[in-house]
Amino acid sequence: MQIALDIASWTLLIAGGAFVFTGGLGALRMPDFYTRMHAASLTDSLGTILVLFGIALQAGVSLAALKLITITLFLLLTSPTAAYALANAARLSGVNPEHVVATNEQR
Amino acid sequence: MVVLFGLFLLTLLVITALGIVNADNLFAAVMLMGIFSLQMAAIFFVLDAADVALTEAAVGAGVATMLLLGALALTKDKEKRRRRRRWPAIVIVTVTTLMMIYATFDMPRLGDPQAPVHQHVAPWYLSETPKVIDIPNVVTAILASFRGYDTLGEVFVIFTAGVGVMFILANGSGNGRRTMVPSADSTGLRHHLVPRVVGRLLVPFIVLFGLYVQFHGEYGPGGGFQAGALISAGLILYALVEGEKEALRAIPLSVLVGMIAFGAFLFGAVGVVGMLFGGNFLDYSVLLSNPVAGQHLGIMLVELGVGITVTGVLLTIFHTIAARRKDH
Repeated sequence: MQIALDIASWTLLIAGGAFVFTGGLGALRMPDFYTRMHAASLTDSLGTILVLFGIALQAGVSLAALKLITITLFLLLTSPTAAYALANAARLSGVNPEHVVATNEQR
Repeated sequence: MVVLFGLFLLTLLVITALGIVNADNLFAAVMLMGIFSLQMAAIFFVLDAADVALTEAAVGAGVATMLLLGALALTKDKEKRRRRRRWPAIVIVTVTTLMMIYATFDMPRLGDPQAPVHQHVAPWYLSETPKVIDIPNVVTAILASFRGYDTLGEVFVIFTAGVGVMFILANGSGNGRRTMVPSADSTGLRHHLVPRVVGRLLVPFIVLFGLYVQFHGEYGPGGGFQAGALISAGLILYALVEGEKEALRAIPLSVLVGMIAFGAFLFGAVGVVGMLFGGNFLDYSVLLSNPVAGQHLGIMLVELGVGITVTGVLLTIFHTIAARRKDH
């Protein structure tokens, strides 16, 4: 039972770490603002939440696990909202996706 | 492990600080300062200073960033660049840095129990708190009771800051008060559905957490300062999503000004009542027949006063900045 829990939690932790890494890489390497932001929002939502679930499994049935799940719920609400607000603000201030602009001008 | 974390966070801190100095876009500088505060909070937490970490995260990364953004909405967001080299400044910074590095050679190792700071009054506080005050959080015991004078002074500093901001910024606000929440009109973010729905959902929980921090400060990290910052952050979020007018309808400016004065008054009044009961100023032991219960009551009232004043001041500063017109 303990081994199964450990395997599950480590799988979640490593998957979360992989998503955080991908997000960081994407934020550095993607071509324009929106794709970079898309990559960065991955870090916030998927990466952090997987890591938090992994830690919660390590904590077992306890107050710490409850707190971690509460934090996860909070992040599930706030980080997509922040990503939305950021993209919306960028669009309102006239930042355009690079390649879409080109195709629009061709039409 | 602590050393590794500390090195990592301090390196990030230096990088962020260089970023702040180099940024000529003030908007970016403000965001970097928020990140700086968050890293600072993480460092405090790694060093087991949970109370300070909570304050830094709530005030530095939350409310201060918000207030700076509000101020930025009133001015240009580009820094005036001066390309001139300032040799005296460089010399002073270099000399100070070298002196501080030299001073670190004499510093005790991190967490050394023989360090002077752990030998002076700290053992006395640690041994006396369970006997005299009997609350688990020694930080709250020191802050509210042992060194109540200092905290009273801090509350008056915050009180003065709030009054000062009102005097300087709130000119001609009596009639024709125009509202301008930064980056939005008086209706706030009403037309942005997602932030509005999520914001409305979160505000009650943020305020509830603030109240928990307020009244749980004797048992865990927290207290009046942190609670005030958290509650005002929640109410500022309300003002941002629902609009300045709605927020002022919920808590009018006159109530906020009253809160500023009442919190400081409550703190002082508890001290004076102690004197009337025959004790010293800010001696809570005489408040009730049982000295320990008296300490509990006094600390709770004093922390409540701190929380009320901090909430009032932060919200007043926010509303005062938000009500300013942009100078052209």
